[in-house]
Amino acid sequence: MERLDPRARSDIYGLRINRAPDPWRVRSVPYASIMLASPLPVLLIADTMPLLPSFGFLMLLGWRMVRPGLLPLWAGAPLGAFDDLFSGQPFGSAILLWSLAMIAIEAIEARFPWRGFWQDWFTASVIAAVCWLASLVVSGASLTPEMLLVAAPQALASVLLYPMIARIVAGLDRFRLSRARRID
Amino acid sequence: MAPPSSRRAGFSKKAQFSLFTGYLLAGAAALLGAGLLALSLWQPAAFAPLRGVASDVVTPAGTGTAAVRSGSQGIFASIAGYFNAGSQNAELRRENEIARIRLAEAEAVKAENLRLKGLLALRDAESKPVATARLVGSTATSGRRHAYLGAGSASGIKPGMPVLSERGVIGRVLETGRFSSRVLLLTDSESVLPVRRAKDNVIAFAEGRGDGLLRIRLVNLGVNPLKVGDMMVTSGAGGYYRPGVAVAIIARITPDGGIARLVAEPAATNFVSVLPIHEAEAVAELEAPPSGAAPPGASPSPAPPSSPTPAATTGGAAAEE
Repeated sequence: MERLDPRARSDIYGLRINRAPDPWRVRSVPYASIMLASPLPVLLIADTMPLLPSFGFLMLLGWRMVRPGLLPLWAGAPLGAFDDLFSGQPFGSAILLWSLAMIAIEAIEARFPWRGFWQDWFTASVIAAVCWLASLVVSGASLTPEMLLVAAPQALASVLLYPMIARIVAGLDRFRLSRARRID
Repeated sequence: MAPPSSRRAGFSKKAQFSLFTGYLLAGAAALLGAGLLALSLWQPAAFAPLRGVASDVVTPAGTGTAAVRSGSQGIFASIAGYFNAGSQNAELRRENEIARIRLAEAEAVKAENLRLKGLLALRDAESKPVATARLVGSTATSGRRHAYLGAGSASGIKPGMPVLSERGVIGRVLETGRFSSRVLLLTDSESVLPVRRAKDNVIAFAEGRGDGLLRIRLVNLGVNPLKVGDMMVTSGAGGYYRPGVAVAIIARITPDGGIARLVAEPAATNFVSVLPIHEAEAVAELEAPPSGAAPPGASPSPAPPSSPTPAATTGGAAAEE
């Protein structure tokens, strides 16, 4: 059978016989990807204005939307604490905002259980925009109109990046569940 | 797509309790976050050690990207150089002539300066940089404008020290880790720097606007003497910076001063040097009196807003002379 088609006995997660997903990978990939995305924008020198949306938060939204129920409801707090170490925001802002975002998504999901990509995008956009404004307010800097103006592209980028992040999360999810462990 | 059925509790007491516990934990986490946020807005340095460890971890990666960034800038510059080599050559030759004349004049001024200082018995302590390092990163997602520096307390850097590039002022060290430190850039909206006009003693404050420009606010209100193109340099008031370092160039005039562009843009610099606090004793003196609750240097972030008060008195006194 394999000689005719090497992928005959496999699906998108790999071979199906005597293989199983790696339990470590199954549990760690969501957290690892969010925690890797958090310090990523630090590597850019942004001296005039905030240039990038918070990748960590977008990854969290992506995992929450693409795989509902995978991250526990309280996952925003530890991941937010990690993000606060790098983001330059006062410590605690992401703990608060990410926790509230997780609760808000849960409430929205309870209200509208049947949903699709467009609704996910809409929800993620609204939550990302609210978080963008809230994090500017709590940043500890005095909020000037100029600051809001130069930070606006950041909000736009976080809305436009969601589909890409969702695809990345879907790819990571495939990697997460691929049958890497051989059962002997 | 419906959410997984495991997340509907139904009649199962266990499922109901675990769902409830989830909400409880998330709510408690949000409250904890609010508490921590209030604490760190009140005492910005409270979590500095934690952040220091975190930035120490990121710094090696940042050093790599910093090297790439400076390398790529060089590539672009050399490509652009091919296109306008001829006209640039003539221009540079002319500028060189003028610069040579100015240099000779500066030598004369320097000699005179030395003589006058000798008369006044002033000793000019040329401060040596504490450390020279790359800017390895910044807070690109936040509304705050902080940068990370690839050297920390292991190299002798302390909070409050000025950070300069070869062109001018970059900012001030806010927190230090072991091998990295966090710099408050001039463009941050909490940054306030006492400045004066380079050619005379028009005294002002340069405040960050949060959008990459500085607002220059004159201390003495009245007829606005500033003109577009004026160079603002540090006045040395406040004691952190040595006087006479380039800060910004006026780009637009407003009723109470002007809007200025930075001379030294952090994104365009390669290496920066950290200098010791210019008048450390004076700074310690200025920061000590208020109630003694906060030790000097313990709360770097509220320092800039509070610094205008002592600095304003010195600035005003200097202006009255």
